[in-house]
Amino acid sequence: MAKITYSTEEAIPFWRDERKLRVLGQVAFLIVTVAFFSYLYNNMITALAAQGMLPSFAFLGRTAGFDIGESLIEYVRSDTYGRALTVGILNTIYVSIIGIFFATILGVTLGVARLSTNFLVAKLSSAYLEVLRNIPLLVLLIFWYSGVFITLPRIKEALHWGPVFLSNRGIAIPWGIPTTTWESYTFILLFAFLLAGVASWRLKVIGERTGRPPLRIIWVPLTFLVVALIGWFVLPQSPLTMEKPELKGLNFVGGYVFSPEFMALLSGLVIYTAAFVGEIVRAGIMSVSKGQHEAAKALGFTNFQTLRLVVFPQAMRVIVPPLTSQYLNLTKNSSLAVAIGYPDLFAIGGTSLNQSGRAVEVIALMMGLYLASSLLTSVFMNWYNEKIKLVER
Amino acid sequence: MSRKFFPVFALLIVLSMVLAACAAPVAEEVAVAVEEAGETEGAAPAEGGSTLATVKERGYVICGGNANVPGFGFIDTEGNYSGFDIDFCKAVAAAVFGDAEKYEIRPLSSQERFTALQSGEIDTLIRNTTWTLSRDTDLGANFTATTFYDGQGFIVRIADGITALEDLDGGTVCVQTGTTTEANLADVMAARGISYEPIVYEDVETGWTTYEEGRCDAYTTDKSGLVSRRTLLGNPDDHMIMDETISKEPLGPVVRHGDDQWFDIVQWTVFATFFAEEHGITSANADDMMANTKSPSEKKFFGTEGELGSFLGLDADWAYNVVSQVGSYSEIYDRNLGPDTKTFIPRGLNSLYVDGGLLYAPAWR
Repeated sequence: MAKITYSTEEAIPFWRDERKLRVLGQVAFLIVTVAFFSYLYNNMITALAAQGMLPSFAFLGRTAGFDIGESLIEYVRSDTYGRALTVGILNTIYVSIIGIFFATILGVTLGVARLSTNFLVAKLSSAYLEVLRNIPLLVLLIFWYSGVFITLPRIKEALHWGPVFLSNRGIAIPWGIPTTTWESYTFILLFAFLLAGVASWRLKVIGERTGRPPLRIIWVPLTFLVVALIGWFVLPQSPLTMEKPELKGLNFVGGYVFSPEFMALLSGLVIYTAAFVGEIVRAGIMSVSKGQHEAAKALGFTNFQTLRLVVFPQAMRVIVPPLTSQYLNLTKNSSLAVAIGYPDLFAIGGTSLNQSGRAVEVIALMMGLYLASSLLTSVFMNWYNEKIKLVER
Repeated sequence: MSRKFFPVFALLIVLSMVLAACAAPVAEEVAVAVEEAGETEGAAPAEGGSTLATVKERGYVICGGNANVPGFGFIDTEGNYSGFDIDFCKAVAAAVFGDAEKYEIRPLSSQERFTALQSGEIDTLIRNTTWTLSRDTDLGANFTATTFYDGQGFIVRIADGITALEDLDGGTVCVQTGTTTEANLADVMAARGISYEPIVYEDVETGWTTYEEGRCDAYTTDKSGLVSRRTLLGNPDDHMIMDETISKEPLGPVVRHGDDQWFDIVQWTVFATFFAEEHGITSANADDMMANTKSPSEKKFFGTEGELGSFLGLDADWAYNVVSQVGSYSEIYDRNLGPDTKTFIPRGLNSLYVDGGLLYAPAWR
């Protein structure tokens, strides 16, 4: 025990010193938090140890023993859990990227339409946004799956337009099968891609010099397409042959089939997320002051030019940050696929968990993978946001 | 201790006391709840003791059963239990008391069932329970005999003309996740080289709806489940259950470890129903057979010769009571799963060994 001394000149005791109390409060909070979580962790480890199942990711190398309906990579029953989960994450990324693409297009259209001066367009669009934003996504998914795609005609009575078949086994379309010249064609595609890049840069330079930016969004893909088309016909044999789907036995054989599970998930995600994107776009456009519109009008810009050259470049700065979180939401929401039988990461994770009994590891792995995909998306979107920021002079 | 740090320690001590206070009452409450459960639920646990004595003292047998599987264990509109498993509970009651109505069913979920058995809340578990090595050992359960040989099967639309598993090549199969069914399916399809597309659902209802709409060519789960569920389809006659069975699911009554006498009673009650069918004894002709039979083994069965009943600690006519009040195996089967019921399952493996099935009662001597 230290000797207690009192001095008349002593500063206020620390329990009455607000600065010190603040620090103390934070330390106490930290200790309680760490203690709480280490208690939980310890509890889990003790329970697992009692069952002889200490956390280990060794099971990822064991045979999974179950089949998966849709896969972007080769997968068979005798592959490992690791590969099964890879199939899951790829399916999640696949549906998310396509979903983000369509949700953005539909969302921007809706957002602009809501501000249209055309009464019908504006009211229809706002009705869409108000209704769809307020329906839970799970309900939408079940509706699209059980109410739309599953109630399509059965496979024997499939609707078809030419080689495209529509049934409750999915949408079957013709699909290209690579021929011997496919490899050389990939080089032509690469060349076309480079050329399009050069064109993009040139057009930008021209735009900056003349002050009349050309429509890069049209010219650049056009360059790519023209080169790709020329390459297609120059080659002695066309690099892809069309394979038409046909009904053989129980299912379609050949071509490519978009399963009803995939279509329902995509439709649900796109239609739901587009409503939010629409509201974000509207907010972005409205954040641009009215004076900017009027100034553009006064200079004789058409409506489209006003949007493209004056409003959008300024609105983007307001739009991008909330848009990023909608993209993340879409990716995370894709885990609802489990309700309609699409084998995404969460669905395959669930099966792996059941078959291997490794609950803690599988859940931790799934959380890590979703987190990683979200962080990657944000990194990209932050970079984009930085790029379009108003450059202050 | 320096005075300066006193409040910090005080804070920590208070916090740890709060934590301790939170933890302790929970443990106490659980202990109390367990004790109460033991007292109020009756069926005193027969730890090493005689279940038979406990049952006799209580005056009725308590069986753990199912309440929502038509054909096996189901509550009818009047609130009575009926079904294949229920009838075997009645048979045990008839063997012990000579009165098939002295039984009580405790409906249990699949998670509760083994705990209920271990804790002595029930005397016998008869609830679509598959005989597996881990359950037989680790869970402290003893499987007495198999009353129903089930297995994973497939339901298909008759119009599709699918009769064997090979016909499903290139087809689509709906299955529920979280069960061994998914893995069984993958195993058998790989073994036979059949390519197929599985659609895996979290929710059993979604799976059945999509099958009914034609998204899948087949739906797979245990055959008894298929039969039961088929009755709820829009048009049951359009669907059929394939003969193929791809896994072993032997179901039967289960008792606790550690009471051989009770194990024997339940086991031989099941055998009595097999014996009766083999010898053509039914509830209708039991009296007649008992009086007129010349066969020594049948005499031993009825208890008119020898003293086999006393070896089990039962009355001499215990087997007669089982057959006359509940019936032979075929009667029990036909009543619940026969051709005249909604839940018709062809007997298949559940036939006597003489008919190519697996039912075989040991010698009655």
